[in-house]
Amino acid sequence: MSVLLIGEYRENKFFESAYDLVGYAKKYNKTFEMFAVGNKGETPNIKEKLYLADSNKYNEYNPVVHKELITALVNKNNYNEIVFLHSSYGWDLAPRLAYDIGASLITGVIDIAGEEFIKPVMNGKLNAHIKPDKEKLVLTIQSGTFSYEPDRKETGEIVDYDLAVTKSPIEFISYEEAATLGVDLSKADIIVSVGRGIGKKENIKNAEELAKYLKGELGASRPIVDAGWLDYSRQVGLTGQTVSPKLYIACGISGSIQHLAGMKKSNYIIAINTDKDAPIAEIADILVVADANEVIKELTKLINQ
Amino acid sequence: MKILVSIKQVPDLESRFKLNEKGNWVVESDLAFRLNEYDEYAIEEAVRLKEKIGTDDVDITVLSIGPERVKEVIKKALAMGIDRGIYIKDNEAFSKDPFRIATIIHECVKDHGYDIIFTGMQSNDRSSCQVGVFLGELLGISTITTIIGFEYNNNVVTVKRELEGGKKMVLKCRLPLLLTCQLGLNTPRYPTLPNIMKAKKKEIKEYDVNDFDKITNNITITKLNYPEKKSKAEFLEGSVSDIAPKLVKIIKSKI
Ligand SMILES: Cc1cc2nc3c(=O)[nH]c(=O)nc-3n(C[C@H](O)[C@H](O)[C@H](O)COP(=O)(O)OP(=O)(O)OC[C@H]3O[C@@H](n4cnc5c(N)ncnc54)[C@H](O)[C@@H]3O)c2cc1C
Ligand SMILES: Nc1ncnc2c1ncn2[C@@H]1O[C@H](COP(=O)(O)O)[C@@H](O)[C@H]1O
Repeated sequence: MSVLLIGEYRENKFFESAYDLVGYAKKYNKTFEMFAVGNKGETPNIKEKLYLADSNKYNEYNPVVHKELITALVNKNNYNEIVFLHSSYGWDLAPRLAYDIGASLITGVIDIAGEEFIKPVMNGKLNAHIKPDKEKLVLTIQSGTFSYEPDRKETGEIVDYDLAVTKSPIEFISYEEAATLGVDLSKADIIVSVGRGIGKKENIKNAEELAKYLKGELGASRPIVDAGWLDYSRQVGLTGQTVSPKLYIACGISGSIQHLAGMKKSNYIIAINTDKDAPIAEIADILVVADANEVIKELTKLINQ
Repeated sequence: MKILVSIKQVPDLESRFKLNEKGNWVVESDLAFRLNEYDEYAIEEAVRLKEKIGTDDVDITVLSIGPERVKEVIKKALAMGIDRGIYIKDNEAFSKDPFRIATIIHECVKDHGYDIIFTGMQSNDRSSCQVGVFLGELLGISTITTIIGFEYNNNVVTVKRELEGGKKMVLKCRLPLLLTCQLGLNTPRYPTLPNIMKAKKKEIKEYDVNDFDKITNNITITKLNYPEKKSKAEFLEGSVSDIAPKLVKIIKSKI
């Protein structure tokens, strides 16, 4: 039996990250079919069957509408495994589908071991092995874990998928773009980034000074931006900027999946963290186990000399 | 208007974790616990709504499932301005999957007629992103996840839902509804001393989980393990005055 992969579109564009779903299916030798609400002008490069519901008819993402479409398809073709990305689309929709079809749901999957699925817990400090107890299974997979480079010439059968759906009580009003960027961190060669571990707002200026002496830019993890200590344009990560500098210095940043998504392609990573087990050690070249503020001050002093 | 906020207590993630005997959860005895970060935004948003609409017209309940220690986060919520608490005692909550947790909450509150329910978008320890949506489905009410903006007007709610890359989706929906709260929705207040004192008089109703636990797990954690260290990280430890010169050399070689 094929697994059903749920592709994503937004404003008529196929989401490139949804190729991770194909990467997942290929890695574990699963035959698959795909479903998406999208448009024919922009279909993914796969040779497998694509069930395509027309986004002109069904509009932008609405959980009630998309759930009905997918549930009907799953019931008709009797898939036992349905896979979403762990994205704002996937984590919103997957539990609704799992509820409707009475399936086990495992979110944020990064690997399979035998009958069990593996997902990180405790901010990546531990991995949980999870056994689904129901016959049907819905998954969301962690983005960036199963990459796949599509053959851009590949095409497959497209099946128009059309169904009467109920009117959703949730009304789509508009999109709002991300705040315009004051600084473009993607061009920086050196980034000194601050996280919650620096403790208070006043400590940011030391990191800023270090960045200046190194002719780099100041970056930040999300809590620093959410707290209003730095402008949104400094935020690195899933909902901020994606960067790949020669040198990334992470000061008091734990290394959550969402932060790593924005900086793991950095050429060389120095992390300064009081916690030797901080998950950022997984991708850092050097982990300095010390107080970030003290190290920043000392570095600034030495480099300035 | 009746509001429910569902909250969870989670371990401090800067801890060093040891596995329990069965290897399917962590040893809790030497951990520090705190309020799930996402739930703090949920509490704050509920209290702000009450302040906006008028304090006499809104009644907010906070609910939490877990061992005795979770009363601490219920008390914190009461000190932040929530009116009353529901505590469901369950020493085995860690072994129950998110759907089962949602059914327990549902069994407890299904006849309470809440107009708005706030939950966190995910729990810091398990990062499931499931309990809120499942609860909304069980109650048969509209659910919107990952909100970073909230406005109430005349039984209609307008929210901003966060998408990837900082883009947002603006949505509108009538009550009743369930919202899962994302980081940055608001800046949660610190409980003041007078409010901590006042909170001591607020009611916390206690139940046993067996009153509401009607199903078995849909998924089971069989074991936890430490991720295989693919890491190449070299550790620099010692005094800052020793470390800094070494670091400077490394930095200079990289730029
Ligand atoms: C949908 C979604 C999108 C998200 N998008 C982003 C995003 O784009 N970018 C982002 O960054 N996050 C994002 N997050 C949030 C993310 O999950 C984490 O909450 C966040 O990255 C944590 O930031 P932090 O590492 O600064 O803080 P924490 O995780 O609290 O870590 C602080 C670290 O500082 C260390 N520390 C403490 N004191 C010191 C000291 N004196 N010296 C040195 N170290 C110290 C601690 O050991 C700890 O490791 C997102 C979350 C969600 C759900
Ligand atoms: N034991 C619990 N008691 C009360 N609410 C909970 C509990 N576990 C999870 N929740 C709620 O569900 C949200 C999402 O949790 P999760 O699905 O585990 O990521 C949390 O932010 C809480 O609002």
